[in-house]
Amino acid sequence: MSDTTTTHAATLSHRQEEDTKSTFGFWIYLMTDAILFASLFATYAVLRNNTNGGPGGQELFSLPFVLVETLLLLTSSFTVGLALLAVHRHDKQKALILLGITFALGAAFIAMELTEFAHLIQEGHSWRQSAFLSAFFTLVGTHGLHILVGLMWLSVMIVKVVREGLNRANVRKLTLLAMFWHFLDVVWIFIFSIVYLIGAA
Amino acid sequence: MKKNIPVVSKHQPLHATFAGYLIGFLLSIYLTISAYLVVVYDTFSRNTVIAIVITLALTQFVVQAIFFLHVGKESKPRWNLIMFSFMVLVAAIIIIGSIWIMANLDYRHGVSPEELNNTIIKDEGYKP
Amino acid sequence: MNSFASGLLGKLSWDALQHDIIVTGGQVSMVLAALTVVGLLFYFKRWKWLWNNWLTTVDPKKIGIMYLIAATLMLLRGAVDAGMMRAQQALASGASDGFLSSEHFQQIFSAHGTIMIFFVAMGLMFGLINLIVPLQIGARDVAFPFLNATSFWLYAAGLMLINLSLMVGEFSAAGWLAYPPLSGIAYSPGVGVDYWIWSLQIAGIGSTLAGINFIVTILKMRCPGMTMMKMPMFSWSVLSSMALVVVAFPILTATLAMLALDRTLGMHFFTAESGGNPMMYINLIWAWGHPEVYILILPAFGIFSEIVATFARKRLFGYKSMVWALMAITVLSFVVWLHHFFTMGAGANVNAFFGIMTMIIAVPTGVKLFNWLFTMYRGRIRFTSPMLWFMGFVVTFTIGGVTGVMMSVPAIDFQLHNSLFLVAHFHNMIIGGVVFGYFAGITYWFPKIFGFSLNERLGKYAAWCWIVGFVVAFLPLYILGIMGATRRLESYDSSMGWQGLFVVAGFGAAIIMLGVTFQILQVIVSIINRKDNLDTTGDHWDARTLEWSTSSPAPHYNFAVLPVVTRRDDFWESKQSKRKNTDKPNYQPIHMPKNTPVGLYIGMLSLITGFAIVWHIIWLIPVAVVAIILLIIIRTSNTNSTFTVSVAEIKKHEAARLLTKGKTL
Repeated sequence: MSDTTTTHAATLSHRQEEDTKSTFGFWIYLMTDAILFASLFATYAVLRNNTNGGPGGQELFSLPFVLVETLLLLTSSFTVGLALLAVHRHDKQKALILLGITFALGAAFIAMELTEFAHLIQEGHSWRQSAFLSAFFTLVGTHGLHILVGLMWLSVMIVKVVREGLNRANVRKLTLLAMFWHFLDVVWIFIFSIVYLIGAA
Repeated sequence: MKKNIPVVSKHQPLHATFAGYLIGFLLSIYLTISAYLVVVYDTFSRNTVIAIVITLALTQFVVQAIFFLHVGKESKPRWNLIMFSFMVLVAAIIIIGSIWIMANLDYRHGVSPEELNNTIIKDEGYKP
Repeated sequence: MNSFASGLLGKLSWDALQHDIIVTGGQVSMVLAALTVVGLLFYFKRWKWLWNNWLTTVDPKKIGIMYLIAATLMLLRGAVDAGMMRAQQALASGASDGFLSSEHFQQIFSAHGTIMIFFVAMGLMFGLINLIVPLQIGARDVAFPFLNATSFWLYAAGLMLINLSLMVGEFSAAGWLAYPPLSGIAYSPGVGVDYWIWSLQIAGIGSTLAGINFIVTILKMRCPGMTMMKMPMFSWSVLSSMALVVVAFPILTATLAMLALDRTLGMHFFTAESGGNPMMYINLIWAWGHPEVYILILPAFGIFSEIVATFARKRLFGYKSMVWALMAITVLSFVVWLHHFFTMGAGANVNAFFGIMTMIIAVPTGVKLFNWLFTMYRGRIRFTSPMLWFMGFVVTFTIGGVTGVMMSVPAIDFQLHNSLFLVAHFHNMIIGGVVFGYFAGITYWFPKIFGFSLNERLGKYAAWCWIVGFVVAFLPLYILGIMGATRRLESYDSSMGWQGLFVVAGFGAAIIMLGVTFQILQVIVSIINRKDNLDTTGDHWDARTLEWSTSSPAPHYNFAVLPVVTRRDDFWESKQSKRKNTDKPNYQPIHMPKNTPVGLYIGMLSLITGFAIVWHIIWLIPVAVVAIILLIIIRTSNTNSTFTVSVAEIKKHEAARLLTKGKTL
């Protein structure tokens, strides 16, 4: 009898241990991603004035447009946080609603960004025109790719929660997803400030 | 277990609270719009604008790190915080280091010999 | 080629298979070796065994062996490159032109450096880390076993891609770091640089993931009682190295990506026009490159700490200062990278800063060296072959270190940059430090890994050949460098009168080859004689740390009961107290991760993706990438990935162990 209880307790703390390892491991991954973005930022900073006679930030960036994008992404970071609170209260309905709102805001962000990119390319200002534009498209585009991955992950998680409920594995994965989403908003602070605001100043 | 205090487990209290997220959200909006207005309303010199925008960005970074990513809130040992600090240090070195180095590479470039002499005297304090 | 074929096969054509006689020789050797292995697998009917025990394993002890075998095979390829270069320069610094064209020579030194750093050094390192760290910290496994397997298969994919470049197409001729604009599409329009980029990109992601894995393992999975300051020095050194991996490798990922974007999508990061700045590439690649060399050397330092303490039969001197030295080196390694391009045009202030920081980073390394020597002082030293490797390291690494401090003075570096002096210096550090360290580690831990020891005499012959061979091969290069010889040239004018020194260097390379031959012989002889050299106690060297408390080899679950430690070198201290532990061990069922082929599949799909990008087989890229994403989703949805080792099975293994232990003496 005592053997079973010891085993049971050991298994419980084993699962808690697994959760701690997961979040810590994913946190370190986010740190590696941060260095990746730092390298792209460093490159952007060095190449920001190399416009090859073409247009720079002042000519190309529409600040009101970017402000809307920023507020959309910021709000989605807020809603994913609220979703996590619902998840830890085991409130499946609320969690799904908030995750859905997060997805919608994220999708709107991407739609706006794709519009901006398409417009630039149509006007002949693609990444081929200058080093500045190469750096711009790569830095902002890498962030956008990460958001796309986040949206894919979010949709998979929504399906899983609908089908399996808020089981331990899903709670753990949603925690990681929220970390990822918050991280992407943090990166966007710098893109917004350094690329767009300073670029257009 | 009280219904409105979500916990991960008995041993690991949840760092997140509604109040925390709300404060983080509102502060971030404030910092975002402030930076936007500083740029759009052309009142300061360019260098001042850059300094203000960067300061606001770094502030919002700290705000979101604390309120959304819960940096520093874990119990000891604070491995998350240590990894985070190491990352910030290395990122700063890469960015500031690259800017410093790359701007310095044309140190001897594109200036006349006399200008170069004067620059060396001014920067390094000796007569070449 | 008709447009359907070019749509299906991209830039691939029969031309990609045409090569000169030397390359054909290399291809034939590789194909023959591969066919031999396949033939043996058929003959001994071992396909199922291979699949179940190796290809789908998530056991770090097996993954470690695979890393070591792969790295050793690549060492042979890199050594052949080296031999060709030495032979060429020995011949062509006199009247002859040698036997290698300039183009071929450039591909050879590019391949040599790339293979040695990314596939030999990193492979040996991750091999030993996988094999030893979990055992040393009293853990049953790594934090993320499936991710660990995936890391290996990504390394393997990069390795296969770079070997494919020898068969199909060509390799890069732009050096092991592929500086633009030479490596840009305008000046290297072929597939060589693309092979280089994607081979490293794939392997690099594997390394980053492994870095994450081992940091979590070391910080979160130490056995009860093992606080950080009681952890063995090898594990500390691995922790530092992995911390460097996770913050340095993303720089490489970003930089390789930007070069690839320049080459494939017409971007202008590093082009010579449209505003590109090739110097930014050099800045970024070395911001990764310098931490990389510390990534490689720190675990070697850790290995020496274990070896010196074991064979001096004395605890490591200055444990705390060793830890602080590791922390200092970890941080400092990020503020020295400009010393790789002092001559690129920065002003004196910038150069001076980095020069001074480079001198400072030599200090903590010196601290470690003195601590090893103080450990030996008044110890009762056993001069085994690992100790011999250590002695060789002390002498050679110190020489290499001081030549490094010489070049940290920008004014001196202006004379020596890109000369053979530089080449001698970094080979000094890598061979004397990294290679000797990993060879010592493999020899030291071989009994633990395989259950029998390596032939000591042949090991000593090998070590002597490497030490003497290194000196004979590289001291002439120091002299040639000071006299003005530039690196990476396949011939030098005979009027320089340098042929004598190149011939001496050639002899040195031959002595090293003899050393390698002794090592191969050592392995073969040891395998043949293994029944006479079984490690029955698990503690072949009477050592100090936890990995020696298991059987040799350790059971797949490492420890029947997780150890509880109370002090440093707890295993050693327990042996000294001679107190017999008569408590009946409380065996519990152990949960272990199941084998899975998904890591292998991800690796192979990455190989296909890389190959498709290199040859512009456009349709294949999204197919392979989507397949990888689907596999990840399927794998992470897998709820049935563990199995249980029963108490009965544990009891059986422990009983068998007691039996063999009783057989000694």
